[in-house]
Amino acid sequence: MFDRRLLENFDWGLLLLIFTIATVGLVILYSALTAGHDQTLHPLLKKQIGWMAFGFIIMIFIFFLDYKYFDEASIVIYLLCIGLLVAVYFSGKYVGGSRRWIDLGPFTMQPSEIMKIALIIMLSSVYSDMVSEQGLNFRKLTKPFFICIVPFLLIAIQPDLGTAVLLLLIAGSITMFVKVERRVVISFIGVIIAAIPLCWFFLLKGYQKSRILTLFDPERDPLGAGYHIIQSKIAIGSGMLTGKGFLQGTQNTLSFLPEQHTDFIVSVLAEEWGFLGCFALLFLYFILLMWGLNIAYGCRNMFGSILAFGVTSMIFWQIFINFGMVMGLMPVVGVPLPLISYGGSSVITNMIGLGILINISMRKYISK
Amino acid sequence: MTQFVKTPDREWIKKRLMGVSICIAFVFSLLIFRLIYLQIVKGEEYRRYSKNNCIRLGSIKAPRGLIYDRNGILIVDNRPSFNLKIVLEDARPLEKTISTLSDLIDVPYEELWEKIGQFEKKSYYQPFVLKKNISRKQLAVVEAHNFDLPGITITVEPRRNYIYKKSCAHLLGYIGEINKKELESGTYLGVDSGDSIGRYGLEKTYEELLRGSRGGRQVEVDANGRIIRVLREVDPVPGKNLYLTVDFELQNIAESMLKKKAGAIIALDPANGEVLAMASAPSFDQNDFIGGVSIKKWKELISDPKKPMINKAFQGEYPPGSVYKIVSAIAGLEEKLIDQNTKSVCKGFHRYGNRVYRCWRKSGHGEVGLVDAIEQSCDVFFYNVGEKVGVDALAKYAKGCGLARKTGINLGNERKGLIPTSAWKLKRFGEPWQGGENLSIAIGQGFDLVTPLQMAVLIAAVGNGGVLYKPQILKTIKQPGGDIVEEKLPEITGSLPVSEENLRLIKKGLFGVVQGKKGTARSVRMKGVEIAGKTGTAQVFSIKDGEAIDGDELRYNLRDHAWFVCYAPAVNPIIAVSVLIEHGQHGSSGAGPVAKAIVKKYLEIKGWTGAKGVTKQIKKNQIKTNGESDV
Repeated sequence: MFDRRLLENFDWGLLLLIFTIATVGLVILYSALTAGHDQTLHPLLKKQIGWMAFGFIIMIFIFFLDYKYFDEASIVIYLLCIGLLVAVYFSGKYVGGSRRWIDLGPFTMQPSEIMKIALIIMLSSVYSDMVSEQGLNFRKLTKPFFICIVPFLLIAIQPDLGTAVLLLLIAGSITMFVKVERRVVISFIGVIIAAIPLCWFFLLKGYQKSRILTLFDPERDPLGAGYHIIQSKIAIGSGMLTGKGFLQGTQNTLSFLPEQHTDFIVSVLAEEWGFLGCFALLFLYFILLMWGLNIAYGCRNMFGSILAFGVTSMIFWQIFINFGMVMGLMPVVGVPLPLISYGGSSVITNMIGLGILINISMRKYISK
Repeated sequence: MTQFVKTPDREWIKKRLMGVSICIAFVFSLLIFRLIYLQIVKGEEYRRYSKNNCIRLGSIKAPRGLIYDRNGILIVDNRPSFNLKIVLEDARPLEKTISTLSDLIDVPYEELWEKIGQFEKKSYYQPFVLKKNISRKQLAVVEAHNFDLPGITITVEPRRNYIYKKSCAHLLGYIGEINKKELESGTYLGVDSGDSIGRYGLEKTYEELLRGSRGGRQVEVDANGRIIRVLREVDPVPGKNLYLTVDFELQNIAESMLKKKAGAIIALDPANGEVLAMASAPSFDQNDFIGGVSIKKWKELISDPKKPMINKAFQGEYPPGSVYKIVSAIAGLEEKLIDQNTKSVCKGFHRYGNRVYRCWRKSGHGEVGLVDAIEQSCDVFFYNVGEKVGVDALAKYAKGCGLARKTGINLGNERKGLIPTSAWKLKRFGEPWQGGENLSIAIGQGFDLVTPLQMAVLIAAVGNGGVLYKPQILKTIKQPGGDIVEEKLPEITGSLPVSEENLRLIKKGLFGVVQGKKGTARSVRMKGVEIAGKTGTAQVFSIKDGEAIDGDELRYNLRDHAWFVCYAPAVNPIIAVSVLIEHGQHGSSGAGPVAKAIVKKYLEIKGWTGAKGVTKQIKKNQIKTNGESDV
C-alpha cells in the first residue's frame, strides 16, 4: 500500500523552508504581542502555535492522500465550500459590520479562506482537461467563469473585498497560466476598461466612490485608513538599515497600530529588524515561490502542474498585497501575510496549500 | 478530439513558468525598492517621528452648507463654537489633569470622567471632544491655565445656527448626533461619532449636499501635546449652499398668521410650482435639537395634542370640505352629466332615500346653476352632482387632480390622503358602497382626505390653466464660492382632467366666491386686485338634526376645520394659496383672512399696483362668460 519511494522522494527542503518561515513568523508575532506588556507568553501567541500545530497535522494527512484524489473529489470539495459560504450568508457571525465567520462550537472559521484552496483544485481539474497550446477560447472559458464568479460574489457581499479580489487574482493567474487566446485577453481588457466608467458614473453612490478613492489613496482620509498607513510607514521607515532590535520597536510598543499582529505585522518586522530583516524574509518567500514553480514544472501530470501553480500564485498574491499595503503602495484591504500574520483560518489554509505542494513534489516520479 | 491537436508538453510548461518567474522577480524587486525608499532614503525622518512618538491626528470639521431664501436672505448658518478636546496620551497624569480641568471650568469631575472611559476604549492618540460649546469664560480660564492642562486643546468648530428662532422650523428641520446604527451602516462617509447629521426637513433631505467633507491634520506635538509643526493637512470642504424658493418675508407673515393656531399655509407660484411659503403650526425651536434635545423637551413636543413635530402642510390629512367641489364640478362637467345650464333648486336640504342631506344654508339657495353653486357653495347642487357621477368616476377625476398621491415634495413622510372607491371600501370594511355616500364625498366629507399641499397644487393648477406642478422647495444649489451646481427646473406631474371651456366655467365660480355679490368669501376681497378662491369647512363632528349648537360653544376639538384656497390675481395669477386652520370653524372667517394677508403681502413684495389693465381684462372675460351662460 504505502510506496517506499514516497518517503525517499519526500521534499525535506520545502518542509524546512516552511518551518523556517513559520518560526520567523512566531518570533515577529512574539514581539508584536509581547512588547509593552509583561514578558509572559501572550495567549494569542499560544493560540497561533496551536493553529500551526493543527495545520501541520492536516499537512501530514495531505501527504498520504495522493493529490489525484483531489481531481476526482474537486466538485465535492468545491460545493462543500460554497455551502459553507451560503451558511455564512444566513447565519454567520457579525464582526465589525461584516459577516465572515461561521461558528463551529469551540472555534470559529472563515470559509472564504478555505474557498481559495477549493477554487484552485476545482479550476485545476477543469483546466487540466481542456488545456491546449493555442489557448482557451470564450466558449471553453464559460464554465470556469461561473466557477469563479459564484464564490466571488458570496465573499464580496459579506463584505470582504480583500479576499474576494484575491480569489479573482488567483483564478486569473491560473487561467493566464493555462493560456487563453489573445482575442479573449484583449476583449477582456476592453470590457474592464468600458465597465469601470459605467460603474463609476451610474452604479456607485457618492460615499462608495469616496471609499474606493480612499482605498487607493489612503491619505485622502488622514484619520481612517490614512492613519494606519502613516503609522505603518513611520514604523517601517524608522527601522532603517538594521532595525531597532528585537522587542525594541517603539511604534510597536505603544500600540500605534491596531492590527499589528494581523495585517500590519510587517511593520513590526521592519521596525525591529530593519531593511536587512525585511530583505531576508522576502528572500525566503522568493525561494518558496520558486520552489513551488519548480514543483509545477517537475510534475508530469497536467492537473498536478496547474494545482502546484495555483497554490504558488495564492501565496504570491498574499505576499504582494500585504507588503504593498503596509508600505503604502496598495489599497488597505485585509490580506494576511502567509505563515506570519496571526489568524487560524489563514495559517491552516496556507498549510494545506503547502501540504499539497509537498504532496505533488513527492509523487513526481510515481505519478504519470 | 480536434481541440487537442497540440497537447502541451513539458517544454511548453517550462516556457510559461519562466515567464511567471520573471513576473515574480519583477514584483519582488519593486517591493525591495520601496523598502529602500522608506527605510534607507527616508529612514532618518521616520526614525525621528517614531522616537518622539509625536504624530497626532485631528479632524477638521467641515462647515455645513448655508441656507438662503429666494432673495438671498440667510436663514441658517454656522457660528463658531469652542470645543474642548483631549488626547489621553498627552494628558498624563490623567486624574490630575481632569480634576484641574473640572475645577477650572466648573463641570463635575464625574461627568468628564465618564466620557474619558468611552475614549479609552478607542484610542490614546486621537483627540476626542470632551466638552462641546464651552462659554467664553471657560475658554479664557482654560487658555490661561494652558500649562497645567497637558493634552487639552480648544478647537474652534462650526456649530449649526438657526438664525430666526422657530422660523421655518418644519421646512428646515434640524440636525442631531449620529447614532451607532447609522455609523455602522457605512452610508455616512466621513462622519465620526459625535458628529451631527440632518434629522428632519431640508437638513435631512439634502444631508449629502449640506454635509461637505471633513478635513484632517497630522501634526507633530511636544511632550505636553502642544503642536510643534503641521505635517500634513487636508482642508475640509464646506457643504453646498442651498437657495430656497421660499420668500422669507412672506414666510414670516404666514407664520405670524398662524400664531396661537394649529394648521398650515402654503403659497405657491402657479407658474412653476415653487413654494413661496410653507408654514405649519404650532412650531418648534430647532436650536433645541442641536446639542441633543432633552428627554423632557422631546416628550413635551411629542405629547402635545397640537402635534408641533408634524409638518401639517403635507403630513396632515384633512377632509377637504367644500373645496372639493372644484373636483366634483370637473367630474360632473367632463362626464357631461351637468353643464352650464344645469340648475338645481336648493331648499336647504336634499332627500335621498329616506335620509335628508342638509345644505349649509338652512334657508336654501333657491334655483342655482354651477357657477352660482360654486360661488355660494351650495351643497344641494353638488349632492345632485355626486348622485349622478358616483364614487368611482369621481375618484378617477380626483386622482387626475393630483389627489390620493404624493405631490412629490421631497421633505420626508409625505402623506397622500385618501380618495375612496367602491372597491376600496369593500376591501377595507367588507361592506358595499352606499348610494348616499356619493352625496357626502361630492362635498368633500365622508372618507375624503387631502393634505393642504395637495390643495395648493390643485388650486395653482386651476389658476394657471390646468398644469399640475411638483411643489419645489429648492431653487439653486451653489458651491460655497458661489458657483452654481444645479438650478432646479419646474417639473410637471400632470394636468387637470378638464377642458379649457369647463375650467373657465369653474374659474368663474371661484371668481364669484370672492368677487361676487353672494360669494362665500366676500370678506377676502381687497382693493386693487381680484382674487378667485374657494372656502371649505371640514366637519370633524357631525351635528345631529335639530341640535343647534353655536360653534363657539363647541369644544375646540370638535370644531370644524377651516379651509381657504385661492389664487390672485384672478387672471394670470402670480400666487396660489392654500390655508387650513384646524378647528378654525368656517372657511370664510377662519381661513379666508389668513389667505388674504398672504396675498396682500406678496403683492406688496412684488410691487403690485393693482394694474387697471388686468382688472379690465377680467371684466371683459366675465362679460364674455356671462353672455354664454345667459343663453
